[in-house]
Amino acid sequence: MEIDIRPVGACGALAVLGSQISETTGARVAALERAVHRAHIAGITETVPAFASLLVRYDPLRADYDGVSAELRRLAGDIAAGNAHAGRTVDVPVCYGGAYGEDLPAVARHAGLSEEEVIRLHSGRTYRIYMLGFLPGFPYLGGLDERLFTPRRETPRTRIPAGSVGIGGQQTGIYPMESPGGWQLIGRTPLCLFAPGRDLPYAAGDSIRFVPIDAREFEQIAAREREGHA
Amino acid sequence: MNILFPGPLSAVQDMGRTGHAAQGYPECGACDKYALALGNLLCGNPETAAAIEMTLAGATVQFDQDTVIALTGAACDAKLDGQSIPLNAPMRVPAGATLETGMFTAGLRGYLCVQGGVDVAPVLGSRSTDQKCRIGGLEGRALRKGDHLPIGKPAPGYAFSRAAHAAKVLLDKPWLMRPRTAHAYLGGQVIPLLRAVPGPQDDAFPSESLRTFFSGLYAVTPDSNRMGVKLSGPAVASKNGSDILSDGIVEGSVQISANGQPILMLADHQTTGGYAKIATVIAPDLSAAAQLRPGELAAFRPITAQQAVRLSRETAQQLRYIKELIDHD
Repeated sequence: MEIDIRPVGACGALAVLGSQISETTGARVAALERAVHRAHIAGITETVPAFASLLVRYDPLRADYDGVSAELRRLAGDIAAGNAHAGRTVDVPVCYGGAYGEDLPAVARHAGLSEEEVIRLHSGRTYRIYMLGFLPGFPYLGGLDERLFTPRRETPRTRIPAGSVGIGGQQTGIYPMESPGGWQLIGRTPLCLFAPGRDLPYAAGDSIRFVPIDAREFEQIAAREREGHA
Repeated sequence: MNILFPGPLSAVQDMGRTGHAAQGYPECGACDKYALALGNLLCGNPETAAAIEMTLAGATVQFDQDTVIALTGAACDAKLDGQSIPLNAPMRVPAGATLETGMFTAGLRGYLCVQGGVDVAPVLGSRSTDQKCRIGGLEGRALRKGDHLPIGKPAPGYAFSRAAHAAKVLLDKPWLMRPRTAHAYLGGQVIPLLRAVPGPQDDAFPSESLRTFFSGLYAVTPDSNRMGVKLSGPAVASKNGSDILSDGIVEGSVQISANGQPILMLADHQTTGGYAKIATVIAPDLSAAAQLRPGELAAFRPITAQQAVRLSRETAQQLRYIKELIDHD
């Protein structure tokens, strides 16, 4: 596997594994991250996967750039092209439209489709999680159907409720916590995705599938989630 | 201890919430980590204990137990029950005493360390306040008038006399009070030369832009905060726009924004970003960067990743030397 390694100050090496957002590059990033964790290299403190790169942070008291770079090259060399890690597929229940997704009519209008058709297209595929960022647990997803591409709202909202599922330009994603934002909101998940100390149900390298639910199911799952955190 | 007056921005910070960037959690923690480590050592804490970071001006605090404190970082005329007290030194504080920190006379960020550390509940292994995610510190927010902060149990084996002696050694060897950094002098102003490793996206810039960046003088703008120091100076032009595929950011990353101006990321930085990063300032020099006030100047100097590792080790050694002064006769 080809790898280009660049220094990040005194504490990091950025392994660049491609130049475009693609399933193949995403799978390489996930494979290298797994290999780094399995290798238990002394002094490596954490890894941050992104679309086409893996940031590997080290403690400069216990490791140095040349040593970490050599390890990364060795690990990348051992990863066969076909040996990419598939990741898990995680179901995320979403109640679409109405008070849960106020912009669903606008997205449907923009696409020239019915609201039902938008829901069918949005929930009809799996989306690879390339990275988490912007907010804790916010997934950068690939693979939105082109027909659903919708420009961001002209006036961003100052408060988007936690769990909102939206479309911003060519991307779709979930707001794990209340936040300002300009995406078009099409639904909401009852899953509690911002819970420090509890593992997220997904990580970079996994895939997400949105599963339509109704308001009653939303309330049932939301109640269970609240109990799980009590 | 009780917060009688918090100052413009005071919050609980430690060495940061590391290890969770892959999930999108910002690091947070003290912006001037050397000052926090020094203050903690002087009052008998591990370097990593939580303290109060104060910005631009200090807090007024009343203590509800006998303890030892140390003030580090920004300079100020702090008064304990009306009597001026020295900075970078341990101070005994009787229960009921009031510390008034006042306006900072030089530097931007001061640290009030207390023996035993500020004992709020850790979240994901850190007591640092993350104001954006509203976690850590006290209710995930900046301190307010009337807040009460619990103080932890002191670590055993602390001898105040040895810490006081160490503070005297620091007065004789003032360079030990800060990480060793490079400076230039311009019209009476001390300008920190922030050492930075070019990359990871230095190749997004033509060589004359790299020369501009590493030779220009940059002023800190007023919209700087704990997320980043926004700078204004000679524009750094990129080859094909400064947008990149988002990738991981560290404290010290220098992004070049669309208008060609650098932003030096500090403790509250986002975990990933989509602007090209021309260089990364090394950790020891972030202490100097964290003390820059709006209007003050800084410049960047290129070093290699190998030099960067060596300089980080020297800074750690300096703190170890101070710790040994305090730990042993």
